[in-house]
This record gives sequence, C-alpha cells and structure tokens, in this order.
Amino acid sequence: MKAVITVIGKDSVGILSKVSTACADVGVNIIEVTQSVLQDMFAMIMLAQIDKATVAFDDLVKKLDALGSENNLKIHVMHEDIFNSMHRI
Amino acid sequence: MIETKDILETINMIDNENLDVRTITMGISLIDCIDSDIDKACDKIYDKICRYAQDLVKTGEDITREYGIPIINKRISVTPVAILAGVCQTQKIKKFAVALDRAADTLGVNFIGGYSALVEKGFAAGDYALIESIPEALAETKRVCSSVNIGSTKAGINMDAVKMMGRAVVDTAKLTENDNCIGAAKLVTFCNAVQDNPFMAGAFHGVGEADCVINVGVSGPGVVRAALEKNECKNITEVADLVKRTAFKITRMGQLVAKEASQRLSVPFGIVDLSLAPTPAVGDSVAHILEEMGLEICGCHGTTAALALLNDAVKKGGVMASSHVGGLSGAFIPVSEDAGMIDAVNKKALDITKLEAMTAVCSVGLDMLVIPGDTTPEVVSAIIADEAAIGMINSKTTAVRVIPAIGRKAGDTLNFGGLLGSGPVMDLRIGNPEKFINLGGRIPAPLQSLKN
Repeated sequence: MKAVITVIGKDSVGILSKVSTACADVGVNIIEVTQSVLQDMFAMIMLAQIDKATVAFDDLVKKLDALGSENNLKIHVMHEDIFNSMHRI
Repeated sequence: MIETKDILETINMIDNENLDVRTITMGISLIDCIDSDIDKACDKIYDKICRYAQDLVKTGEDITREYGIPIINKRISVTPVAILAGVCQTQKIKKFAVALDRAADTLGVNFIGGYSALVEKGFAAGDYALIESIPEALAETKRVCSSVNIGSTKAGINMDAVKMMGRAVVDTAKLTENDNCIGAAKLVTFCNAVQDNPFMAGAFHGVGEADCVINVGVSGPGVVRAALEKNECKNITEVADLVKRTAFKITRMGQLVAKEASQRLSVPFGIVDLSLAPTPAVGDSVAHILEEMGLEICGCHGTTAALALLNDAVKKGGVMASSHVGGLSGAFIPVSEDAGMIDAVNKKALDITKLEAMTAVCSVGLDMLVIPGDTTPEVVSAIIADEAAIGMINSKTTAVRVIPAIGRKAGDTLNFGGLLGSGPVMDLRIGNPEKFINLGGRIPAPLQSLKN
C-alpha cells in the first residue's frame, strides 16, 4: 500500500531530512517527493511505499504526528486512495 | 502522481472545513428474531445485533486512521419493531427498546434506530401498542431512536396516527423534562419515510432490505460554504455548478468509505446518502451556505429559492460520484444543530412559517425545532399534518422533529449539548386546530398517487 505524507508549516532548516530520516528508521520507502515554498510556508508531499514498514500504520501516523508537533509542522499520513477517489473519475 | 493542489485541497477540507463522514450505519433485519415470547425475542435481537455489528465501531475507527477521514458516528438501524411487537401477546413492548439499548451499549454505537411503526394507511397488530409505548421507551433508554411513518403519496395521511403522534411527542418531552426534554429529539414523525436512511433519529431498516447492509451518510456544509467563499461566482448558474462540483468530491469520499467498510465487514454495500448535515460547530452550517449565496440572513425572502438550488445541486453532483445513492440525500435544516439557523431565529429572521416553506424544497422537514412547553398535543399533531401534506403532495420525504420545552416559553433557550446543539424556543401560529385533528380518519391519497 502507498501512503501520501504531507508536511505543511513554516519553512525551517532540515525539514526534508527530519521527515525522511523518520521514515527510513521504520522502513518506509519514499518513492516521490514534491515540495514548494510559498512565501515562507513550506509544503512537501511524499508518496511512500509502506508495505515493508516495521511499524503498524497507526504507529507511523502517531510517530510523524509527534515529529510534526515538535517542529511546528502539520504532518498527515493518509492512504493514497482517498486522493485518487476524490480527484480522479 | 496526484497533483499537489488536489492533495492540499483534500487536507484543507478535512482540517479546516469540517469535512467528515457523518455516519456508517449498519442496517440489520430482525425478521428472524420474531417470537411470541417477548423475552425470547429480545434475547434473539440482542444476540443478532451483537453478532453482526461486533466489529462495526472498530472498523470505522480503522478506516478513520488509515484514510485520515473522520467518521463521526457508527450506528445501527433495525427492522421496524412494531412488526415484532405484533406477534407478542403483551403490552409491555418497551422491553424491545431496552434490548436495543443494551445492544447499542455493548457495541459502543451512539444511536440505534428502528423503534418504529409504519402506519400510513392504518394500524396493524403491534403498531398501536408501539406508538403508545414510545414516550416511556425513549425516557428509559439512552440510545434508542424512534420514528413513525404516518403518511405517503401512495396512501394519503393517517390522521388517527397524526393525532397519536402529537400526544406521543408531548408525553415524551414531559417524561424527559429533567434531561432537557431530550426524548423528543429522538422521535421523528415521517411522511414518505425512506427505508435506507442512515441518519438518526429517523433511521430504520426497511422490510424490503437485505438481511444486513452498510449505508453511509456523508456531510460537509462547511466545504460547500468555503468553496462559495473562495470562488467569486458571476451568476447563479456558476453557483449551482460550484455546489455540484463540491458535492461530487464529498460524495466520492463517502463512496470510498462505504466500499471499504462493506468489504472489511463482509456486509453488502447499500447506499451513500449524500446529505449536507450541519453541526453546531463554527463553519458547519447550511444557513451560512445560503448566506454565502448573497442572502443577508437565512430566513429573509429568497431563502426558499436558494435552498431549492442547493438541495438540487447537491443531488446532481453527488449522484454520479456513487454507485448507489439513496436515503434522504439533500440539504438538512435542523434548527438547533445549525449555528446560522439559531442566529437567524434569535434575530427574528427565521420563524416556523418560513421553515415550513423551506421544507417543501429541502431534503427532509421541520427538524430540531424547540417549541413552547405549553403547546397542546393537538397543535403538535396539526404541525405534523401540515408537514405531511407538503410531503404527500410533492412526493418527497417530510418529517417533524419538534421538542416541546416543558416549562419554557418563546424566547427561552433549550441546550442539549453535543451534536444536537441548542435551540431558541420558537413562537407558533395562533388559533386552535383541535376540532380538525379530533376528526380522525384518513386524508385520501392525492391524484399524484395514480401513476399506473
């Protein structure tokens, strides 16, 4: 299963590295990354393969959510199907 | 890959615009629980519901976590209990309500609907006793919801039942006086009730339905309002198109949840009910959508037209997004559950006559209206009769869920808390309909019923 990880917040040094390290620690493979900085708002979207993750989906959500709160970022981890079904016919 | 813009739009809808799936409702048939011994029947009901729905709440929570979509309620609807009551040789049929409540409590669902009777053309065995037992049943249980269908376009209106329901509503409010008359908020009187409605308090599992189904009710007034706010529409056609596009996206999410839940629970998927159901939360109001279209305040002249457009556009947008659409599908206007409606009533812009007109074009009817505590049962019956007539003639579902605020008068407020919100006590029309209501009998089915 693929998950979409979105990171939104104020731009600061090392966001990409923190999030990707957290993913790598639990065996989540990042397939694609896009990011944009609008004024000083940072928005990064990652598509990740989580079949080989060493933690349950629920724990991954909690882990990244905690990482987000520590760094003043909003991190969502969601199943990719929600976006596919909402935006593609 | 999915476009960044689309991903951010979905997340924004959930985080900031109150997008959610309002309910996953499992419909369970109780036909095979019929027994002439009421205690045996109650045991069978409890066992069947607990067996079928044991994973309902957990599955809902799992889907919420994985997909990031809030699923607010997990609920159960059952076969109208009057059908089971007809077989039992006893008047103590509120035992059924207690059994349903116990099952709901065990499973952790917040409401269970189906303490119901369908009497649009007359009373069968069990119907009469069930309606009589409603006030006590609702007062003695926490999670049971009750509904009675008293009219339809095909059958006309059963005025004897209308009379009984006026009394039932007032008695229910009286018995739950110490609890903000909450019982009356769990009692709906329908005309043209639908058999696959997932929304409470009017949900029941129709007799034409399968043994068990999953119905999903979506919501999202906040998303529609935000879309209208963000996009400057040049004319009303653009408004309708924008509502349609937004409703499509909301419904796609409901369809995904319904499919997923049905698969995980190994229960057939029934329908998606594409409704705009408001909550008292800031930014989750249907009234505010109407105001966003250009009305100064909900209830002013033009409100009925704006609501008609909204109701129709929601259906058109949603219908292509789901393989089976059903239930009530449209825009709800429950007064106490909608911050914009409460505000409009307090500012005297919205009264019962305007609301009645609005029910001719919304998806249901007079919903969550708090009325003075000294309202007579006959007046409540007359409100029900008016509303049923609108439904019967226009071939649509209408309903009445009014809460007589015992001990309070117009201008006071009744506070339920939670999803039910709080409601200002509303003024009613003057004059006494007692003689008309006491005539009883049936209003014949209208010409519209002769379609064959």
